[in-house]
Amino acid sequence: MSIGHTLLGLLESGPRHGYDLKRAFDEKFGHDRPLHYGQVYSTMSRLLKNGLVEVDGVESGGGPERKRYAITEAGITDVGAWLAQPEKPEPYLQSTLYTKVVLALLTGRSAEALLDTQRTEHLRLMRILTDRKRKGDLADQLICDHALFHLEADLRWLELTAARLDRLAAEVGA
Amino acid sequence: MIPAGSLLSADGLHKAYGRTPALDGASFSIHPGEVVAVMGPSGSGKSTLLHCLAGIVTPDRGTITYAGRELSAMSDAERSALRRSEFGFVFQFGQLVPELTCVENIALPIRLNGTKRKDAERTARHWLERLEVEDVGAKRPGEVSGGQGQRVAVARALAASPKVIFADEPTGALDSLNGERVMELLTEAARSANVAVVLVTHEARVAAYSDRDVTVRDGRTRDLEHTA
Amino acid sequence: MTLLDRKKAPAAAPPRPAGPTGVAAWFRDLGLGIRLAAGGGREGWIRTALTAVGVGLGVALLLTAASVPHLLEERSARDQARVESRVPGGPDAQAKKSDTSVLRINRETEYHGRSVSGYLMRADGTHPALPPGVARFPGADEMTVSPALKKLLDSPEGRLLKERVPYRITGTIADSGLVSPGDLLYYAGSDTLTSADGGHRIAAYGNPEGGKEMPPILIVLIIMICVVLLVPVAIFIATAVRFGGDRRDRRLAALRLVGTDIRMTRRIAAGEALFGAVLGLLIGGVLFLVGRGFVGRIEVWNVSVFPSDLVPSAALTALVAVSVPAAAVLVTLAAMRSVVIEPLGVVRGGRGRRRRFWWRLLMPVAGLVVLLLSDKVEPYATVNPYPIAGGAVLVLVGLALLLPWLVEACVNRLHGGPVPWQLATRRLQLSSSAASRAVSGITVAVAGAVALQMLFAAVGDEFNRLTGQDPSRAQFYTFSEKVDPEAATRTIQEFKATKGVTAVIGKVEVYVTRPGKYPEDAVQPTTSLIVGDCGTLRELARIGSCTDGDTFVVHPRNDKEMSDWVDQTARKGKEVEIDPGAGRKPMRWTLPADSRTVVARHDPLGEDSWGIMATTGAVDPSKLPGATTQTQIRVDESVEDVAEYVRNTAARIDPGMRVASLKSVARDEKYASVQRGLQVGATMTLLLIAAAMLVSQLEQLRERKRLLSVLVAFGTRRSTLAWSVLWQTAVPVLIGLVVAVAGGLGLGAALIAMLDKKVTDWWLFLPMTGAGAALILLVTLVSLPPLWRMMRPDGLRTE
Repeated sequence: MSIGHTLLGLLESGPRHGYDLKRAFDEKFGHDRPLHYGQVYSTMSRLLKNGLVEVDGVESGGGPERKRYAITEAGITDVGAWLAQPEKPEPYLQSTLYTKVVLALLTGRSAEALLDTQRTEHLRLMRILTDRKRKGDLADQLICDHALFHLEADLRWLELTAARLDRLAAEVGA
Repeated sequence: MIPAGSLLSADGLHKAYGRTPALDGASFSIHPGEVVAVMGPSGSGKSTLLHCLAGIVTPDRGTITYAGRELSAMSDAERSALRRSEFGFVFQFGQLVPELTCVENIALPIRLNGTKRKDAERTARHWLERLEVEDVGAKRPGEVSGGQGQRVAVARALAASPKVIFADEPTGALDSLNGERVMELLTEAARSANVAVVLVTHEARVAAYSDRDVTVRDGRTRDLEHTA
Repeated sequence: MTLLDRKKAPAAAPPRPAGPTGVAAWFRDLGLGIRLAAGGGREGWIRTALTAVGVGLGVALLLTAASVPHLLEERSARDQARVESRVPGGPDAQAKKSDTSVLRINRETEYHGRSVSGYLMRADGTHPALPPGVARFPGADEMTVSPALKKLLDSPEGRLLKERVPYRITGTIADSGLVSPGDLLYYAGSDTLTSADGGHRIAAYGNPEGGKEMPPILIVLIIMICVVLLVPVAIFIATAVRFGGDRRDRRLAALRLVGTDIRMTRRIAAGEALFGAVLGLLIGGVLFLVGRGFVGRIEVWNVSVFPSDLVPSAALTALVAVSVPAAAVLVTLAAMRSVVIEPLGVVRGGRGRRRRFWWRLLMPVAGLVVLLLSDKVEPYATVNPYPIAGGAVLVLVGLALLLPWLVEACVNRLHGGPVPWQLATRRLQLSSSAASRAVSGITVAVAGAVALQMLFAAVGDEFNRLTGQDPSRAQFYTFSEKVDPEAATRTIQEFKATKGVTAVIGKVEVYVTRPGKYPEDAVQPTTSLIVGDCGTLRELARIGSCTDGDTFVVHPRNDKEMSDWVDQTARKGKEVEIDPGAGRKPMRWTLPADSRTVVARHDPLGEDSWGIMATTGAVDPSKLPGATTQTQIRVDESVEDVAEYVRNTAARIDPGMRVASLKSVARDEKYASVQRGLQVGATMTLLLIAAAMLVSQLEQLRERKRLLSVLVAFGTRRSTLAWSVLWQTAVPVLIGLVVAVAGGLGLGAALIAMLDKKVTDWWLFLPMTGAGAALILLVTLVSLPPLWRMMRPDGLRTE
């Protein structure tokens, strides 16, 4: 999962402080693994360097650094490209896919298209595996089956998510 | 807008059962020898699409073209004759005539085409062998396992040498091992005989046996053709 | 205590430690079954309703049958109440003239094939006796009519009858004076009727001694008819109890899943059956009561019944009320013996259990033996009906038992054939029992009907006099006692003038004796004097040439003794005496010496006349006292209603003239009514069985809805499936008919042997087999619309 893209996506709805970003991330995506502050700032410095974000302003006062970040045009394009590109189907993809779906909803992009693209990609790989399985020996078959069952589980998740997009949109928007 | 070289195609299909719309602008096309999976959640209209394509149900609106002929322009008798001679069917369950033996079940569509009983049953036995169930020939459907029964059904669909096989959840009642074997046998036999297969399923692993998939959602198709 | 207790529970069923036992368990399970039948959702209700309606139909028929004794009694009582009271002194004795006596003449006639009874009556005094149901003695040219006759006369159909019965209607006969609502009867008044016109004097109505006792042969026939009609009804009820059995078994399997054991499921099933049967009893009762109200308006084959006569006997009603539910429970328990209901489904044991042959054959054979060993029925002895009824029941029930085995044995030998045939035979091979059950009803009905028809034909000469009449020479015969000088000539003339009449033979006949005094113990030589024209005489004797004025002595053919007797009176050149009766002086006539002796021939009536024959030139018929006029009339049968024209003419000439149509066979009325009863009953029975077959056919189609849709998807032609439905009905029915015909012929032959008669006609089964074929078609045709409906693709959609 790309934290950089995720933070960029969160910035799309408006400039935020580093502290806000971390809180938003934790709230929406980091259910069991909250983001470290260090991770936030190292990522933000990388994004600054690549010109995807800019500093919107600095608040004076004590405490840690209180910089406000805003997304650049290049940043928005980058988020869009990331969302549009299907993930390589592999095990334990859900958290990435979930993040992408939520971000798509948050940024007003089509989550349904995203899911469909992903589904097609999954099926494409499944076809390849099925084909390999058919031609291969027992070892191949077993290995391919393992992958196929995992892919199938992902696909089911994709379908289930597609069926619940409305509810998810409502919850994310709240 | 019929895709070039397609054997069976449909465009803008609408069909409602009472007030419930089952198809709401669905399109479809399949080439000879191609296996196309029709996917979608239950109630999405995929079975209705299959029934329309096979000429079992007439759509309220839209066109279906098979080998250059418009299906909706045909009479019921003509469509029946078409199904007898050009199409084969595999369903999820309850499709074998319980009182006929497996060989007789397979021979049934061939005989409906006018072939003599002896010849039809010889062909039927050949298909039993192809589908690796040669030992159930003399048994009745009630005496064979689900997997064997489904292979008999596949054999029956293939036996009359159709051009298109319509399979509606053909593995729905089988465990994964049996289901996969049935799918392997079906797709292999279909590909080698250049038979197109319209495969309605909600299972991804079954759909993975296809060349291409079409998703039906709320009666509309989404053909996300991937140049594989 | 019952079947199921003897049946071992499978080892798999663990003993249940707790819960009620014995009778309490029975009641609990029966109650559960009743609750399931009553509240089992739509499916359960459909099943219960089917059973209840089926049983109800059967019960209604049984109640009707139970009313027959009372019905016959009432009808016979009313019939006897309206006959004239017997007067001592022999059957022809007349009553003495009194203030209440009535002179009357029977004017019974036939109209469009129905018999119309009527009397022309003249009161002797001021207080004439009234027939039952008549309030006021009809005045001259007035009449009191039965409602049915009034309706007929008022309708255009009765136009010609109106000419024959030209009296003014002044009243209607009440039900108490009628045997059935369809009775065509009238009492007309006259002020001219005399004894000389044929009038007969009666003193009162009613014959307290009752009617003639039924001849034993009729009793045998009636017993047979009851058996033939009621056994199929019983079979139908047994079939109705099984309606929807498959579905019920599946439901019971679900109960097994939640922990009922096998015995409990049987008791629950028994409870369901009991509920259906009791509901059926109620429906049957209602159907009977409702149908009873309509029955007065219905007339089938000239049979009609007063609703008030249809009162089932209390004992028989009680029997029906007890035996129908009991039979329902027993049938259910017996049916469940071949089924093992497991928690996860139903296992049919039917196929493993081969039907055994010998005990099924035992019953019909035993029945035949009983019939053949029992005593011959003597024509006028009292019949012991039990061996006859017992034997016949054994044969018929035995046939019903034989059928399932035979159907199975035959069907298992069938293979190959076209697709519809293959579908049908394979289906029958897998489960033929449902089909054979319904068909066994047909078998009993047809076998019984065939046997009865044979019996009818064989005993026919008891009732059907083979008349020897030759309808090609004349079609009508009239007889008049009216002594009228011009009767003979006028009668012939009027008939000749009637529309459609092509020829009339008329003769005037009188008895002549040889004059002289004879001792008391000797018989005075007597013969008849027949007067007619040459044409008439030529029909009666081989007279050769004839001119007016000729006379003949006619000898019977091949009867020397009788010829000599004729010659004792008809002495050529000598006188004969004609007794005018009433103490008047005898008239004398001399037989001309040149009379030729000739031989008689059969007249169109099939009778021979002999004695003296004279042309009208030799004897003036109008001068003969006490003569009777007889005519034989030939008509052009292509003229519509020619019979009615002839009868109208007869009525105009002499209201008391009897008109008979000449047929080769004259039927006895009582016999005819028994045969009509058989026809009505057989029709109802066959319809009932058709209904049973239809229900099981539809049930089966419903079970196969999905399969039918799949076959349609395959492109199966409708005709293919229609043919398979036809064959599926036809094969068992045809086998059933073969069994029925064979069994019926056997039973008929045995019964005929019992009556010491010969089989006259082996081909009487043809009409019944035709009815069977019609039934096959009916069931198939009625199943087709639902079949078409079920062949829609809806069945493919997953439920």
